[in-house]
Amino acid sequence: METKQTAQINDDLLRPLFRTTWRFYCGAIVCGAVVAAAMAAFGYQVWNGIGVWGIDRPVFWAFDITNFVFWIGISHAGTLISAILRLANATWRRPVTRCAEVITVFALSIGGMFPVVHLGRPWLAFWLFPYRSEREIWPQFRSPLMWDFFAIGTYLTGSITFLLLPIIPDWALVRDKAAGWRKRMYGMLALGWRGTPRQWHRLESAMHIMAVAIIPVAVSVHTIVSWDFAMAPVPMWHSTIFGPYFVAGAIFSGIAGLILAMAILRKLLHLEEYLLPVHFDNLGKLLLMMSLLWFYFVFAERLTTWYGNEASEMAVFWQTQRGGFAPLFWAMVVCNFVIPFPLLAIKKLRTISGTVIASATIVVGMWLERFLIIVPSLSHKYLPYAWGTYRPTWVEITLTAGTFAAMGLFYLLFAKFVPIISVWELKAGMRAAPAVPSPLPARTRSLPLTAGPRTAVPRTADAGLGATDD
Amino acid sequence: MARKWGMVVDLDRCTGCEACVVACRAENNVPTAGEDQAARGRAIHWIRVERYWEGEFPDARLKFRPVLCQQCDAAPCEPVCPTYASYHNPEGLNAQIYNRCVGTRYCANACPYTVRFFNFYNPVWAKPLHLQLNPDVSVREVGVMEKCTFCVQRIKSAEIQAEAEKRGLKDGEFDPACVQSCPPKALVFGDLNDPESEVSRLARSRRGTKLLGDLGTLPSVTYLEKES
Repeated sequence: METKQTAQINDDLLRPLFRTTWRFYCGAIVCGAVVAAAMAAFGYQVWNGIGVWGIDRPVFWAFDITNFVFWIGISHAGTLISAILRLANATWRRPVTRCAEVITVFALSIGGMFPVVHLGRPWLAFWLFPYRSEREIWPQFRSPLMWDFFAIGTYLTGSITFLLLPIIPDWALVRDKAAGWRKRMYGMLALGWRGTPRQWHRLESAMHIMAVAIIPVAVSVHTIVSWDFAMAPVPMWHSTIFGPYFVAGAIFSGIAGLILAMAILRKLLHLEEYLLPVHFDNLGKLLLMMSLLWFYFVFAERLTTWYGNEASEMAVFWQTQRGGFAPLFWAMVVCNFVIPFPLLAIKKLRTISGTVIASATIVVGMWLERFLIIVPSLSHKYLPYAWGTYRPTWVEITLTAGTFAAMGLFYLLFAKFVPIISVWELKAGMRAAPAVPSPLPARTRSLPLTAGPRTAVPRTADAGLGATDD
Repeated sequence: MARKWGMVVDLDRCTGCEACVVACRAENNVPTAGEDQAARGRAIHWIRVERYWEGEFPDARLKFRPVLCQQCDAAPCEPVCPTYASYHNPEGLNAQIYNRCVGTRYCANACPYTVRFFNFYNPVWAKPLHLQLNPDVSVREVGVMEKCTFCVQRIKSAEIQAEAEKRGLKDGEFDPACVQSCPPKALVFGDLNDPESEVSRLARSRRGTKLLGDLGTLPSVTYLEKES
């Protein structure tokens, strides 16, 4: 019976790799068109000068850095959540982890582009890289932008490793199922995976090390992103709360992004039997906790500012509470707390549609939050004579739309070439742990097709690695 | 002892005539943004005269405050630049190396005085204005930050001249364009490390204050507060 079930799993989860539907083409064309428009907008910007943006003096950063912080925040969905769930051995995580890890890699790539896109002279971006140049000058290591470079580089490398490691057995599975060019391609990607106990053991160890290592990296990344602001003596930026505040906000928006991605995948790829209401329910609870934490941070930040009553900070404070930025501020509070809180707190409402609505508002709210951290402070710095305002142009709006479209496009293409749900982990999870008969001898060198993990994992996993076992 | 260039701005003397703004523009090849861009907050003026009213009409008092780069000793703009374009030179100037600038604009955000300016477009000088460009000052291209240099080209040429004549620099031997053009002599420039110079004598005045001094940026510009 179990073989029938695993065959069903193979069939369901590998189907998108072998069959291309009209939905895929529609999605790819729509997303691709928006991405192309954004690239054209960037070309227009490089050709004419960054004056085609709405930025001015004193608001030198706006949509660009908002998108940067927002997408780096979204990237905390994946690797971090997946690592925590793996380490906590949360059994329900199995269908969720890969969707999450992919978000990290793509969101980081998208967010990480903005420090280049926003440069006045983007063609000189390589000057930010630490290499021995004919100019005999290294980058300024005291600059938080350099810290960003290293933090994001580390996190991206780690996330890609963390994403690719558990894909190897799945690529081997596809290799064994496929024929023709697919067999050759996936054969190369599978790196000679045979499913021997030794290989499983190494995979488990590597996954375990990566899961432990990636958590402090993820926390440090958004702390360092927050220091881009906190290190500068700008009213409402120069704050010690920014590190944890940004990390909490990042995980918050990340989970929301993950729920949205899962809901879309569930519909598009017909994964109704794999991404179950319980997943949305559990992630919804996590989201509820993060919503409360976010509210706490905003409250703590606002209260200490108001109580301290420092003139330059109060100028920014009142701009956001009841001045020109107040509509955006209160919209953010509604999106991040007022709407999601009841949807996530009341069990009856914490359904798939409930969590999806909450996530959608949170994604909007968190984007606004990043915007509201950057622009009101810059537009109301110390000297009132130099106050200013900001209004985006079509170029910035197109670039922003392009980031979302790029996420969609990357996700679509990824789901086309990789099973979006980890097949072997799902199968390993279905095996009732105590009832497992003693595994087949290792020398059978079984293909990891239907019985891959069964043949090899139990002994090694039970021996203390524990990451796949329930 | 190394020189430490500094300035004193006597707010009692400033009439708000903006001659300094015009002189600076002519000396330093500061591009003209044009009406539309200026309305969008993109005008470049390395020195500006801030105008504040104190009190209510009819007892309102007008106050002018020329604000230029304060050439801070602990400048927030310097450590944030990833390419060393914003750099502290041995004579205490916050130098801006245009060729190194990639345009992150981080320095401008970190500057509490908002005296850093960005070239949103390539500068253009309508004919025949292109004929009056100062050959001693480089023209900045699109995407580059620029700011007051204390007329570093004048400093350098005076230093080179003095060295060629094997003598020290005399106080008041040269001035930046803004100081030179100030009719009421509200601006005074010189070496703060020379205790005899006029600028260090005035900087020791009890009227002396630093703009946003409590931020700890250690500006080289001292304002003599209004007493009249």
